[in-house]
Amino acid sequence: MTIRVLLFASWAEVLGSRAVDVEVSPDATAAEVLAAVESRARGAALARPAVAVNQRIVAAGTRVRERDEVALIPPVAGG
Amino acid sequence: MRTVVDRAAIDAATLLEEVARSGNGATVLFTGSVRDLNEGRAVTGIDYDAYEAMAGEELQRIVAEVAARYETTDIVAVHRIGYVPVGALSVAVAVAHPRRAGAFDAARSVIEAIKRRLPIWKCEHYANGEHAWQDARVAGARP
Repeated sequence: MTIRVLLFASWAEVLGSRAVDVEVSPDATAAEVLAAVESRARGAALARPAVAVNQRIVAAGTRVRERDEVALIPPVAGG
Repeated sequence: MRTVVDRAAIDAATLLEEVARSGNGATVLFTGSVRDLNEGRAVTGIDYDAYEAMAGEELQRIVAEVAARYETTDIVAVHRIGYVPVGALSVAVAVAHPRRAGAFDAARSVIEAIKRRLPIWKCEHYANGEHAWQDARVAGARP
């Protein structure tokens, strides 16, 4: 299945886009989606992000479904 | 209670007016602004990126949690996103409470949770034209 992954901050800058589509197996987890995006970063020194599904941070083993809103959440730095 | 995550300049005085109520004996206003120097580098401004939908929801959750814990609904929290020049406010929290301890503690709780939980990221812009994402610096610091 195809998952659209929203990107922010340094991830968006390194990948040159605010979102990428990745192809993963139908039973893919959040960790597998992250790995699919990481493979496109070609070893850039990026902080390891959390994964948000439908605007909530999820555990690595959480299953992702096709219409979920998925986003990579680097270490936050607001304020 | 009111929360805002958007690009508009922050007017701290209006936050104070919003939380004012005759039952409140104490009001605390916290503001965060962009400073001109960070770790020895001259900063001209900060670009704040945000996962806007999630940040808006999370800020509402933060304020609701603090309101419940400290028993006051007179809380306003605003985070500006986009480019914020040196000297301008990037964040403001106003809390009014019957007592000063409650006002201080609730305001502190809101800003600390903002720093820890809101999906917002800083990109510092420097006087020499360079820029650096602060989330990337975290990665660079790791072994």
